[in-house]
Order: sequence, then structure tokens, then C-alpha cells
Amino acid sequence: MGVDHIKSMTREDFKNNDYIDRLVEELNSTGANVMVGKFDDLINWGVSNSLWPLCFGTSCCAIEFMSLGAARYDMARFGFEVARNSPRQADYVMVQGTIVHRMAPVMRRLYEQLAEPKYVIACGGCAVSGGPFKNSYCVVPGVDKILPVDVFIPGCPPRPEAMFYGLMQLQRKIKVQKFFGGVNRKEKIEEFFAEHPEERGQIG
Amino acid sequence: MSDLKDRILKIYPDATFNEGDTLQVNVDEKDWLQFATGLKEKLGFDVLTAVVGMDWKETIGVVYYLTCTSRDWEVLSVKVVCASRDNAYIHSVSGLWKVANFQEREVYDMFGIKFIGHPDMRRFFLRNDWVGHPLRKDYDANPALNPIRLEDEKNEDDTRTYSLDADGKVVETPGKVFEDDEYVVNIGPQHPSTHGVMRFRASLDGEVVKKVDVVSGYIHRGIEKLSEGLGYPQILHFTDRMDYMSAHQNRHCLCLCIEKALGIEVPRRAKVIRTMMDELMRISSHLLSFGCTAMDLGATTAFFYGFREREQVLDIFEKTCGARMSMNYNVIGGVIADLHPDFQKDVKELLRIMPSRLKEYHTVFSGNLIAQNRLKGVGHLSKEDVINYDITGPSGRGSNWSCDCRKKHPYGVYDEVEFDEVLLDGCDSYARYMVRMKEIEQSCRILEQLVDNIPEGEIRAQVPKIVKLPAGSWYQQVEASRGTFGVYIESTGEKTPYRVHFQSPCFNLVGVMDLTCSGYMIADLITIGAALDFVIPDIDR
Amino acid sequence: MFDFGKWTSAFNEWLLGSGMADWLAVLIECVIIAVMILGVYTVLALFYILYERKLCAWFQCRLGPMRVGRWGLLQVFADMFKILIKELICLKGTDRFLFKLAPYLVITSSVVMLACLPWGNGLQIIDWNIGIFFVLAVSSVGVLGILLAGWSSNNKYTLIGAMRSGAQMVSYEISLGLAIMTIVVLAGTMDISQLVAEQADAWFLFKGHIPAIIAFIIYVIAATAETNRGPFDLPEAEHELTAGYHTEYSGIHFGFFYLAEYLNLFIVSGIASLMFLGGWMPLHVPGWEGFNHVMDFIPSPVWFILKAFFISFIIIWFKWTFPRVRIDQLLSFEWKYLMPFALANLLLMTVFVALGWHF
Repeated sequence: MGVDHIKSMTREDFKNNDYIDRLVEELNSTGANVMVGKFDDLINWGVSNSLWPLCFGTSCCAIEFMSLGAARYDMARFGFEVARNSPRQADYVMVQGTIVHRMAPVMRRLYEQLAEPKYVIACGGCAVSGGPFKNSYCVVPGVDKILPVDVFIPGCPPRPEAMFYGLMQLQRKIKVQKFFGGVNRKEKIEEFFAEHPEERGQIG
Repeated sequence: MSDLKDRILKIYPDATFNEGDTLQVNVDEKDWLQFATGLKEKLGFDVLTAVVGMDWKETIGVVYYLTCTSRDWEVLSVKVVCASRDNAYIHSVSGLWKVANFQEREVYDMFGIKFIGHPDMRRFFLRNDWVGHPLRKDYDANPALNPIRLEDEKNEDDTRTYSLDADGKVVETPGKVFEDDEYVVNIGPQHPSTHGVMRFRASLDGEVVKKVDVVSGYIHRGIEKLSEGLGYPQILHFTDRMDYMSAHQNRHCLCLCIEKALGIEVPRRAKVIRTMMDELMRISSHLLSFGCTAMDLGATTAFFYGFREREQVLDIFEKTCGARMSMNYNVIGGVIADLHPDFQKDVKELLRIMPSRLKEYHTVFSGNLIAQNRLKGVGHLSKEDVINYDITGPSGRGSNWSCDCRKKHPYGVYDEVEFDEVLLDGCDSYARYMVRMKEIEQSCRILEQLVDNIPEGEIRAQVPKIVKLPAGSWYQQVEASRGTFGVYIESTGEKTPYRVHFQSPCFNLVGVMDLTCSGYMIADLITIGAALDFVIPDIDR
Repeated sequence: MFDFGKWTSAFNEWLLGSGMADWLAVLIECVIIAVMILGVYTVLALFYILYERKLCAWFQCRLGPMRVGRWGLLQVFADMFKILIKELICLKGTDRFLFKLAPYLVITSSVVMLACLPWGNGLQIIDWNIGIFFVLAVSSVGVLGILLAGWSSNNKYTLIGAMRSGAQMVSYEISLGLAIMTIVVLAGTMDISQLVAEQADAWFLFKGHIPAIIAFIIYVIAATAETNRGPFDLPEAEHELTAGYHTEYSGIHFGFFYLAEYLNLFIVSGIASLMFLGGWMPLHVPGWEGFNHVMDFIPSPVWFILKAFFISFIIIWFKWTFPRVRIDQLLSFEWKYLMPFALANLLLMTVFVALGWHF
């Protein structure tokens, strides 16, 4: 499998967070079909090492994300620095900050505008659960209420190191993504057309 | 104070007064507009500092805070109570003080008070299909009424104005924000240069901006409502998360307000530490502002240089406070932890490198011809505009308005240190930008004076375990990185505040966007935004 | 200097002499050349992406890509695989034919320009008597692609980006053309191989001294604008228009724009090295025989590519140093300063050539 190591990070550094590996082992032992060809590995290697973020931040976490890009932490080392402002060209959206009711439809739309394969990282307490504003009348208690989230990074705001760790977790997840229902765009499109027959032929 | 009373009685003989933290005048709703005109024109109250909506359970109304810049920054509070609770209305003063435009919209949004004669009475923070007004005490918080809606808001262009007819009934007149044939470009909420989730709807004529409509509330978290349910020490952490680039100053302000109400004297060591932390925060904020201005103008490299030094400031914070951002350092009565042993060494190291680094910034960015052409003459704001819109902080001082709270109402140890209030008369984006760069020098100067003179002693005064403020209301201002930050607390003597209002400087900064951007190009809108340097969570709260 | 022409003509003769029909031989040659060109295109574009990312990292006190492959050398391949499998989004309400055509137009124009460059001694694909003129003509097709992309996306940002790009390209093409014409006046030919041959003893930058140096400066400025790079990157203006004209493009369609942007950088640098720095000609100093002999040992393609990299470095340096100009400043700079200068310079060069004041 492609998760033996992520470049320059040894297995020991992952501490007890190797649940993804264990899950894969379990699936292997129970005879789940493993058809990960070399080509798939190559693609997953490409995707995991070229995660372009969507510039999207609502509050403090966004400033830490800027620190992540700045000289000391320099996410360019991992190839994450090509921050795209257009969701069409980005690979993942890192939800940095609170999502409130007014923002929710916009957030949802941004997610839908991302091109497949797309991932979501909930970064910071507010995006994970609503954080200190959980009880408010207009705060979405966790972005997972409106989007499928791949990785949660707790913290208020998370340190850049924590963000790196979260991004690496995403990389590991991508490297085994066939197990977790990877890109199957065609099927989704068919499902969509089944629900909205009038749109057929309109969208390409 | 009695002198002020006399002057007020002269223009409004029916006035009654409430003594307290600041002098408060009770005004009838029907006399309010006339009284306000008198205050502005006869008594010289040229700045509307805060508009605080209030719900006193039986009655509902607004508390205004006004400042007279010509008379030593005298502050006056005016309490206006609506005639009825269910059909609450107050005359708008947005014609007198332009800053009231957005402030009144906020009050309308939160309390449902209609402002008569306000040109554009839309909701400000919440979706326009929101049910209820959250800060009213009778607000129904049932989540079923306001579920998370995933469909877009409808009828964004619809606005309305209210007026009174002959019988004194409120009449609604619908209107439109933009004409149908206008080319409206949507900038935000997800846009790299709005510094967060602000949304500007700009009507364009070619590349020229005709009108900007500010749509806010994409990060409105309801901090004021949340605060009403929490004890005083618990609401402190919200201030760090409003303007996260002025975390120390904002928290300092709330602590000062509570300490004022409790009558606590803060130990001198804590005062000095607070002052130093405020100035370090200001440096870090202005460095970020420098970087973002450069980046918005396309000079990406300068951004990295700004961040390089900012990391050094954050290191100082991290050693003492334990966090890079959201430090949660000030507490009621002092600070939470003593300084790290390396603190003085680190600050001195920062002070040593800063002058040469500032020179480097000027070489890389401010001295660049393209940068100067982009900044100079863009976003003109005259001194009158600045005062009328209450643009404080570096943006106001870029228009030669002396408005530094550290000089006007000294707190901490600002009255003991020497520093200059940086004033430039360029009135454009370049002046605003340069004020920031010069303020870094002044902050360094303050730090230089204090770094070797941190007195020994306690870092925290004795504070009761359960903080209960006496009944009354208090207003406190500090100079945050972006302008005057104010906190209004009204207490009924409980453990929790009855009402907390945060008057954030950035709120006024976006209010001026339409005025400054009209007639400039779309690229200038970005420049103006960058030079005003607003932080969105500070606006939305 | 080794002449690659020997190899190519030998191959050609062998193919023709092998008994197959002439048209088949030509077809085979064309296919081989096409494959080679696309190969070079891809490798160069990928290299340039890494080159710029590394360079900008160094300007910004960072390291740049480090983790994928040694020194991040494999980073661009990861990006390539990723971008190849990205979903292609085509929206409702867009002009679908033009929307899909636009990236191909952009990339085609840059491939054709690439084919005109003199890669080395005898390594040139298209060589005819109006060579440089043809390059200028083809470069305009790219603008069409950008305009179409902006128009067909049915998005206000892209439309503004496209209109800006149209105004910018049309304006700066004049200065670009005038700068090139200045050298054409000096050389007396538009044929690319002859242009290079003329510079065997000394590069045009030195031959034409004052007017040539002015022309070089004008060319570099105009070329920066032509390639939409900072400080003239208004069509994309990330902080104003999110991603400018290619906001709505995803996957490999966006990849084409991305590759073409970098390749155009190489092409304008290549043309600069052809027009001013002697193309693939080694650096020769008259009189220094030993030195000239050593220089001749370096293969000609290396000379050409290194010169192009050097000029690209300057253009990249611009981008990461200067802020972006505004559209009115951009246009007034061109029409009020750059173009009159270029015209006067052309006149100056004509005078120099007429009076024989050049070397």
C-alpha cells in the first residue's frame, strides 16, 4: 500500500494515529476486494502530493493558515502552496473559522463548485463543532452538518504544525482512498440525472 | 459635568439626567431628532461614538454615546426610549452622523427598532428571511424557527425606508439597492482580498465603481447574545476572537471596563505588562497589514517579509501567554501569568532588528514607484468625512484627525511614556498605509521605554471569586490596532451582564467603503480595502 | 560548432532512400517532429513551473517544494497526474463550444511558436523568410483564446479579465513588434536562421549598441506584459478577479492555461535570446581565439536554453518584486511612454544603420 510512509515523516512520528493502516489491514484480512493497481497508486501519489488549497478563511484560523504559507512553516515544501482563489481549480477546502447561518449556503455552494476529487478539512474549533460559539443562535455547530468532512483539526486556532499534521492525515487518507469510495463521479452524475431528468443535456 | 448639564438644558429644557459612569440624558423619542441636531450643531458633539440598542424588558430603546472633539473629548450618553415595544421606532440620525447608517441597521436587525427616515433599512447581520430579532429579551430561540437554510437568500436588492404619516403611523416604502440594468459584480464572501468573508456588491461602469453595497454578517456569531448568558470572566475570551489582530487591546478594554465597574486598582506591574503587550500586538497587526496590503497589490514577496518579523512577535507571545493567537492573557484585575524570563531579551532583540527591517520594507514596497502610484490619491477621505463616519485609528489619522485614544483618554501607562501620535494629511490610501508603518516605530519607542522599567510586584489584583458588577452601565474605550474599540456593559447586579455591546472600529471602516470607492476603479477597491485594513470578525462579532 | 543539420538531413535522405513513397516519408517525419515538440513542450513547461516555484521561494526566504522527490523535483509530476484526473466542469449557460475551444487555442499558439525557435545549430523546425513576423502573428492567436475563455465562461470576473487582457495584449504587441523591428532593421532579414547567423561574430545587443539596448529593455517590458506576468498580470489579477479569465476552468483545461503561461514565458525569452543574445550562438569576443574556441565546445542547444532561462529569470524576478499596476496606468504607460520610445528608437536604429554606426 502507499501508506508505508509519507515522505520525510517516519512511522514513529504518527504515534497512535495509524488507524487508517489498521483499517486497511482489517479490510485485507476479511477479504475485502483489494484491486489497487499500480496506476491507481500513481494517481493517488499525485493527488496526495499536490493538494492545492482553496483560499478560504473566515477568521483567526485563516491568519494561521497564512503563517503556514509564510517563510517559517512554508507549506510549499509539501507542494501545498499553489493556493487557488477559484474553487474550480482547488483540491480541498480548509474551513478556517466559524460558519454561520448566512454563510452556510455559500459554503455549500463553494464545496459544490470544487472539482472532483475534492476534500474538506474542518480546521479549528469553530469548524469542528462551533467552538466557543456553539450555543449561538446563528452558528452552524460544526461544518460537518453541511459538508462531508475528511479531516478535523482541533485548536483555537490550531498551530501551523497541527495544520501540517491534518494535511498529512489527508494525504494518508488519499493514498488509500479506493477503500473509502474514491472518485466515482459518473455514478453521481447518473444519480443526479435520475433525480433531475430535465437537466440532462444541459450540463456537460 | 454640571457645565455640560447647563448647556444641554439650554437647548433642551425638558432633559432629565442619570448620573453614572458618563452623564446620561433621557430624551423623548419625539424630541430626539431635534435634540440631536442641537447637540451636533450647537454643542459641537461631532462624533457619534456608539449606538447601543437596549431592551429593558418593559421598554425598548437605544443608548447613544457622543463625543465632542473640540471640548477635550467630552463624552455624553443619550438614552432614547421607544413609545411602544411592539411597534418600536426611533428617528434616524444617519443624516447628521453618517456613521449611524450601519449602526442603526444593526440595531434594527438585533432589536427590530425601525428607524424613521433611514435610507436603507435592511437587516445587517442576519439573513433577510430570519425570524425574530435575537437581542430582544423575548426572542424565541427555538432552532426550528431558524434552521440552517441551504438555499440562497431571495430578494437581495429589496430595501425599504420607513416614514411617519400624519397620524403618527409607520409607513413602509419599498426601494431597490441597484437598478435592473446595472452591472453588479459580487466581490466576496469568498474572495482573496476581502480579508475574510465580507461581501461587496459593486456596480460597475466599465472598470469604474459606481456604488458599493456592503453585505455583512457572513461571520456574525452572536457574541453579544452569548455574553448575556455567561459570567464576566467567561466572556473575556470572545474579545480575542473578534479582532484577532488586536486581541490584547480588545481584552484589555473589556477588563478595564469590568475593573472600572468593580473599582479594582490594577497593580502597576500588570499595567506595564498590558501596555507592552498592547504595543507588541499593534506591531504584529501592522506587520500583517503591511503584508496584506502588499499582497493585495500584487507584491507577494513583501508579504513574506512582513510575516518573517511577525513570527518573532508571536514567539514573544507564545513564550509568555502560551499561544500564538487568541492569547487569553488579560484577566480581570491583571494578567493571567507572569512574564517569561526571556521576555526582555526577546523584546530587545525585536527592537534591535525592527529599524533595519522597516527600512527594508520601504525599499521593497513603499518606495516602489508602482506601489506609490497605486496608493497615492486613491480613496480620498477628507477630515470631515472621517469625523462624520467616525473612522478612528490609523485610517483616521491618515486624514489628519487626531483621534488616538491613548492620548485622549489615557489608560495603562500611556500617560507616562513618550510617543507621538502619527498624523498625516494625505487623506488617501498611501497616508493610511504610512501611518501604520510609522506607528510601528512609535510602538517600538514605547517598548524601548518600558522594557527595562518593568516594576516588580503583583501581576493580578485580588478579585472576588464570583464577579458581580453593581447595577449600572459603563463604557470604556481603548486604542486597538485599527481604531477605537469600545465596550458597553449594562448590569443589573447579577453574575451575568444584562447587555454587552462591543463597538468595533472596523464596523465604521466598512461603512465608508461606498463613499471612498465610488468613482475609483475596481482595482482601487482592493487597494482601499487593504489600506483601511478591516478585520471581518470584528465587524460581524 | 556541431551542426545538427547533418543528422537531420542524413535521416531525411535515409528515409527517402528507403524506397517508401515521398508523402509517407514526410508524414513520418512530421509525426516524429510533432511528438518531439510535444515532449519538449511538456518537459519545459513542467520544468518552468518548478523553476518559478523554487525561484520565488528563494526570493521569499523560503525553501519551496522539498518533500516530493529530492529537492522537490517530482513535485510537478505529482501536480501533473493530479490535474489530469481532475473533473472537467462545464457549466450551464456557458457557450460550450467556445468554452472548450479556448484552452486549445491558447496552447496551439504557443506550440506553433515553440516550433519556430532556433534550438541549435541546424535544429529548427519552421524556417522561412518571414520567420519572426510569423511568430508575432501566431502569438496573437493566444489572445483570442483568452478572450474566448473570458467571454464563454458566462462569469463577470472572467469577462473583465478577458477585456483587460484584450486591451493589454493589443497595446503591448505594438511595442513588442517595434522592438523586434528595430533589430530586423539592423539585421536586414526576418529569416530566423539568418538572424542567428548574422550574430556569429557578435550578438545584436552589442552590434547595435545604444538602440539595441533600448530595444532590449522595451522588449523585456513588453514581453512581460504579453505573457500576462506581474507586474502586468491584470487579466488574472488574483486579488481582484479571483483567477481572472480562467476562473471557471478546471482540470486539464485549466492545466492548459497554466502550461501555456509558463511556456509563453519560455517563448518570449527564447525570442529575446534569438533577437538580442545571438540565439544558439556561443559568446564570442573578437580577438580572443582561445576563449571563443572553448565557448564553441558548449553545444548550441545548451546555449539557447540557458540564455532563455536567464531572461526568464529576469521576468520572474519582476513578478515577485513589483506590485501590480492598474489598468489605466498600464495603458497610459504603453501609449504615452513605451510606444513613442519604441518608435523613436526604431528611427534611431534606422539612422545608425544608414550611417553605418553599428559594428
